[in-house]
Amino acid sequence: MSTFWSLWIIILTSTNLVLLFWILMANRKRAVKGEETKEAQTTGHEYDGIEEYDNPLPRWWFWMFILTFVFSIGYLIIFPGMGVWKGVGGWTSVGELRGHQQEAEAVYAETYGVYSKMPIDEVAKNPDALKMGFRLFANNCAICHGADGGGNPGFPNLTDKDWLYGGTTEKILETITHGRKAAMPAWVGVIGEESVVDVAEYVLQISGGEHDAAKAEKGAKVFAANCVACHGADGKGNQAVGAPNLTDKTWLYGGKPATIRQTIRDGRNGVMPAQQELLKEDRIHLLAAYVYSLSLEGSN
Amino acid sequence: MSEKPASEQKSEDVIRYVSLYEADDKIYTRRITGFYQRLRRYTGIPLMAGFLLMPWLVIDGRPAMLFDLPARKFHILWLTFWPQDAMYLAWLLVISAFLLFTVTVLVGRVWCGFTCPQTVWTQMFIWAEHVCEGDRNKRIKLDAQPWNFEKIWRKSAKQSIWIAISLVTSLTFVGYFMPIRDLVGGFFTVDLDLVPLFWVLLFLGATYMNAGFMREQFCKYICPYARFQAVMYDKDTLTVSYNNIRGENRGPRKAGEDYKAQGVGDCIDCSWCVQVCPVDIDIRDGLQAECIDCGLCVDACNSVMDKMGYPRGLISFTTEDAIQNGKTKVFRPRLIGYALMLGIMISLFVYSIAIRVPVGLEAQRDRGVRMYREVEDTIQNVYTLKISNMDRATHIYDLEVDGDFPFVIQGYKAVPAVEGEVLTIPVRIAVKTSELTSTKSEIHFRVRARENPEITATNTTTFIGP
Repeated sequence: MSTFWSLWIIILTSTNLVLLFWILMANRKRAVKGEETKEAQTTGHEYDGIEEYDNPLPRWWFWMFILTFVFSIGYLIIFPGMGVWKGVGGWTSVGELRGHQQEAEAVYAETYGVYSKMPIDEVAKNPDALKMGFRLFANNCAICHGADGGGNPGFPNLTDKDWLYGGTTEKILETITHGRKAAMPAWVGVIGEESVVDVAEYVLQISGGEHDAAKAEKGAKVFAANCVACHGADGKGNQAVGAPNLTDKTWLYGGKPATIRQTIRDGRNGVMPAQQELLKEDRIHLLAAYVYSLSLEGSN
Repeated sequence: MSEKPASEQKSEDVIRYVSLYEADDKIYTRRITGFYQRLRRYTGIPLMAGFLLMPWLVIDGRPAMLFDLPARKFHILWLTFWPQDAMYLAWLLVISAFLLFTVTVLVGRVWCGFTCPQTVWTQMFIWAEHVCEGDRNKRIKLDAQPWNFEKIWRKSAKQSIWIAISLVTSLTFVGYFMPIRDLVGGFFTVDLDLVPLFWVLLFLGATYMNAGFMREQFCKYICPYARFQAVMYDKDTLTVSYNNIRGENRGPRKAGEDYKAQGVGDCIDCSWCVQVCPVDIDIRDGLQAECIDCGLCVDACNSVMDKMGYPRGLISFTTEDAIQNGKTKVFRPRLIGYALMLGIMISLFVYSIAIRVPVGLEAQRDRGVRMYREVEDTIQNVYTLKISNMDRATHIYDLEVDGDFPFVIQGYKAVPAVEGEVLTIPVRIAVKTSELTSTKSEIHFRVRARENPEITATNTTTFIGP
């Protein structure tokens, strides 16, 4: 805050306080014309024969006002209200936030802590843990993988037994914690557009789809020269590098010929973001258990 | 206010300075017995008993009345209200408002005089005052005399009773928001969390201040009802009134004299009506905003009239029309209108409570990167279902869908929901690509309790396709 605005606030606030206090004190007594009676006067307003009494306010009202002055002055000394003045209480909004965060962490640590010491396959059988896991999943994972974990184009289905990087509890934990970066290069520059089509036909062939046998035969040679390094000689993939199995009918981006050609031509760069900074260890432990439980069910 | 120099003023125009903030005069009310005082006591006792006992009562294993704020559920007698039942609260407030209007038009501010907590608690505190310090004159004398042993013990006895009443009040009140057995037990074994302790002490202080010291100040300066009740009055509203035709001119007289020949009315100007008034007004000045219609001045005046051998009712619950014309028109359009509205509101409320189904369903479509997915020859949408079991039994809910196309449910398994549980279940809805003809269509979800098909709820959302 610049000095000007700081001064502006200080002057405005103190002027207000002084002014209000002056109004309160200056109007404590008022001259009233009339007899020496305690009878209240009227204000002089009259409507339909109804007159308004000019009664004094009760004194506790006055003292309440004084009390608010005392409070506000005390408040301005303790808390940062006067421009750059930090207040003697040492209060900051960041400190308040940190305090709340610590409190929340302490509360959750107790809830999650029970499970973070258990092995993941044990946790995956605990209904209470799965309820918590479901909620964490809904808040953090469902936006890509779907509320039921069934995936979306480009985002793996977590409910089947088909795993890009491995479906053991350790691998799932690793994937959530550190994230994954898929790297299917664009091949059109290397093998040319014609071979892209041929390889696509070959891939369709090994996955048992409709294909052009002649093109597939040519494609097989291109595949052997360029693709086996990752996807393996039989096209069954390699979980160590996250290369998908091409012989099943599970397609991450879609199994139509055009989609497969696009994948080969332009490559794919899927990213699973690392969660360790966002979710911390105990939540990831629960999530891994939940995801593991999804694959155990193995629905569609 | 402009002020003329003293020299220009006439001799009677004395300038007097008054404080804008005046110390309130302490009111010493005279104790009176009579019909209305008894009525006040007898309306107060059941109200107090209800207030004190309600949180202790147990219905179906839970408190008869508990506003469970952390769980966001209100248990009232046999009903449990959920946040989505806020509508009933709105109904209830509308009913209360119309009830207040109707009662005010008919019988004025009887709420204030007989049932308002401010009055009831003030009445109890005044009773403690009377028991410990004696009646009006004794109290005035006691306050005037210097501190001595008698004054100290009388005052401390009164304060002890006040604090005891306040404590019971605050424990009961907080007991509406947390289980009262834990609260009272915790309080007396000094084993209470800071938060409930804070509320107990706050309401203790508030009760003590209100009934002990604020009393009529609350009615005069704070209560909004006092401000607007006058607009609901008409000439036929029953209210405490002084019959000035009969009473004036007021004045003292000797017993047995023919006072009417001297031109004086029935009022002997004994000021008892002022002395008993809990808000310290003179009812003989006419209808006033401060008057709470408690009827104590009626009792006081009647007892004086009895002594004088005059007929009762110089001050009475009556209407302006009755004093002026001797007749009161009870059924007037304003009253009929209010009563009719009240009747309609209550019927609607009872009806909507009666048809309330204790299950709630919310279906939300996934807002994913792509809202639909093609798997083989189907288009699929994923929904998150929230099924709230608001019944007091465990139910298993079956799901049905209905819409423009033959939808198929995938991945929904009915699981039991215990009472008060909210199930969150993802469900995938598929439709054959060949059947789907529009990109956005309506889809209706319906859940039904397996044991009781009456318990059902529906929710409509949309299905997105290519």
